[in-house]
Amino acid sequence: MTATASGIVGRGGEAAGQLFRSWFDGLTAAAEEKRGAAYVFVMGSVTELLRCFDFPIVFPEINSLQTAVRHVAHEYLNEAENYGYSPDICGYVKADVAVQLRRGAHPMGRIPKPALAVCTNACNTYIKWGEIWERMHGMPMFTLDIPGSRGAGVTSAPGSEDFERERAYVAGQLGELITLCERVSGRAFDIDRLREHLGHANTMQAAWRELIDCNRSRPAVFNALSDGTIYLGVANGFRGTAEGAAFFRDLLEELCYKAANGIGTVTKEQWRLAFVGVPCYPIFRRFAELFTHWGGVFVNSTYLWFASGGSHVDFQYDLERPLESLAAGVLRTVRAAMDSMFFQAPSLAEMIDPFGIDGVVFHPIKSCRTVSTGLADTRRALMALRDIPSLFIESDLMDRRVVSEAQLKNRADAFFEGLAARRAQPALAR
Amino acid sequence: MSRPLTAELFPQWHADGVDEILARCRELVEDPDFPTVKRWRERGGRVVGHFQVYFPEEIAHAAGLLPFKVRGAPLEPAQADSHFGSYLCSILKSSLELALSKRVELDLFVTHPICDAARNLAGVWGRNCGYPCRILYLPQNPNSAFAVDYLRDEYQRLTRVVEEVAGAPVTAEALRGSIGVFNANRALLRRLYALRRAEPWRVSVDEAYVLVALAGMLPREEHNALLSAVLPLLERRAVHRRDKVRVILEGGFCEQPPLDLLRAIGRSCDVVDDDLLVGLRWLVADVPVGDDPWRALAHAYVEGSAHSPVQHDLRKPKERMLVERLERCGAEAAILLAAKMCEPGLEELVVHTRTLDGRGVPYFVSEFEENMTSFDGLEIQLETFVENLLFV
Repeated sequence: MTATASGIVGRGGEAAGQLFRSWFDGLTAAAEEKRGAAYVFVMGSVTELLRCFDFPIVFPEINSLQTAVRHVAHEYLNEAENYGYSPDICGYVKADVAVQLRRGAHPMGRIPKPALAVCTNACNTYIKWGEIWERMHGMPMFTLDIPGSRGAGVTSAPGSEDFERERAYVAGQLGELITLCERVSGRAFDIDRLREHLGHANTMQAAWRELIDCNRSRPAVFNALSDGTIYLGVANGFRGTAEGAAFFRDLLEELCYKAANGIGTVTKEQWRLAFVGVPCYPIFRRFAELFTHWGGVFVNSTYLWFASGGSHVDFQYDLERPLESLAAGVLRTVRAAMDSMFFQAPSLAEMIDPFGIDGVVFHPIKSCRTVSTGLADTRRALMALRDIPSLFIESDLMDRRVVSEAQLKNRADAFFEGLAARRAQPALAR
Repeated sequence: MSRPLTAELFPQWHADGVDEILARCRELVEDPDFPTVKRWRERGGRVVGHFQVYFPEEIAHAAGLLPFKVRGAPLEPAQADSHFGSYLCSILKSSLELALSKRVELDLFVTHPICDAARNLAGVWGRNCGYPCRILYLPQNPNSAFAVDYLRDEYQRLTRVVEEVAGAPVTAEALRGSIGVFNANRALLRRLYALRRAEPWRVSVDEAYVLVALAGMLPREEHNALLSAVLPLLERRAVHRRDKVRVILEGGFCEQPPLDLLRAIGRSCDVVDDDLLVGLRWLVADVPVGDDPWRALAHAYVEGSAHSPVQHDLRKPKERMLVERLERCGAEAAILLAAKMCEPGLEELVVHTRTLDGRGVPYFVSEFEENMTSFDGLEIQLETFVENLLFV
């Protein structure tokens, strides 16, 4: 994308790249200074809280996907498998095991060792992953347990007795986490710093919702698969920071400008698609091109929902009651992230009309059973709710051994031919 | 709702001789049609299906419902297969197959997010079955000072769902009574495992497994009666004592190894302890029956429970629990199993093998699937392993 005279279009991608480089430079410096980091995950990172203790923040999921995007994941996977890990477990975990075995060596710099880890139950592998660090580094791991929906639509409403009990459980644990952070960091908790980080998180979360809504416009102003993944990196890595808030303010301005001026993310938008699952990082660019080649653009994705930690929900922290509000926010957002993996069919059906979606692409992956196990059934459920074409393709987010590019292309091509035939049908009938 | 138990659901177990009794029990455990559940329903009873690993069955029992342990079955997932993607363990598919094929009809299904795959079950199940499907969020931070209070509330929430299914309230008195029934069951199961540790030649791993598994498909009073009759027979069973290698078996916490695999292991080794169906033995001591039985159950879960790969508890590091089990049982070696595609099980193998390597404890590793049928190769490998222990 070429920047226009206004200097707005295209700046989001450049700014994200700079932020990412600065983040990893900071991590490398922390590793060299032997400063311990807080290891966290995208669903329930609570970085708003952890930043109060000046921990460098490490997202091992992001580190791992970077090895795949940079085409070196197989080296890391092999090393972890030689250590004893099965080919049938999460590739993210294995890449990180190799990073740890290499004393933090990573294609983007050096990752500091963990001083503590915070693992929510949004993904069970988070907890098993944390146990690996416990063994390797002997540092404390904190499991932040967040009760999710008890079934499809069985979710405690804010203000209800059940919600308050759940919030109290989360709040209690956050208090325990604060005590742990004080002990590990040697710094006292400062509620005003928390308030400051929550304020930035509010800005980012509000922008995230608006950003997704921007893609209702035709043509779509960003590709939820490729651009969206970049935005997700900033949303997670800079959550609760002034830089993150500024980035999303600027990005939103850019996307609104594009929407107002009819500037799309692809040259000639033909098909508006929804993406369900996790991208194929070993062939990230070519995977996106399977669709953009046909003029297909992903206007929304469940990845934007769950991988942002549930930032798509309408929630703002109450800065007058920071701790209580943090507990409520963590409960609501992480729960929403889980719902967007396990109970997403109604939300997908509701998205079709406002986003003008022509087809839905389901992409389950070997590595992540949290996201992938229910997708075949979700597809059936969506088909029952709406008459919408869909494509079901499987590969992986890390392991190129289970990525069959030719097969993926065949399936994608057939899907678009089907879409074209479907679009032509009314004309033929006339 | 009154309990529809007017006669035994499994009267066939009454037979002459412990071998015949065990044979009949085995037949029932291996029957993928779960006839005792059908009989219960024919008598007007309602059924709560609960997926692995642990479920507070006392709450369902107190409502007059039959708690049925959903732990897969050795069958082809003809209908369930199309509801899942690839790279999944077998138990998820075979469990859903039981529901879709109506081999087992439930009135409520409850699952706990034990792993990334299983946590999808409530969604999938709920989209395909007409009855309520719920997730029970057992605390995954049992080290929090708030875990017991949370779980007590969670059990009360579950009770409300159970009451709706049963059409009757669950009183504290009824729950205390149910806890008493299950305490008796826990004591009998502890006795069975004590016998295996002390005199393992009297009851093999597959025989013990069958006796435990029946708990998941019979009213617990009936299971208590069965165990009360069988245990004395086993304790004085006239069998020739053979010196075999004493081993522990790990890896049976969720998907269950085929009985023939256990039998093959039993031919070579004395399995003196295991984690097979550990959820049915999760609470390791009697639950005190106090004023608040919901809290008593919650407290027992957090403070008095076994361990498994799917629970993280700072007080139960996996390495230490493995070593303690070995030492407690006087085992010389370990058999480490993992179900194919079982992520927690496969991850645990790394911990276990490295721990045992570090201590110089011999071990045998194998993956399995619940519907595998050929064990010849595995048995030869196992015999070689045992011979190495005995003669090298």
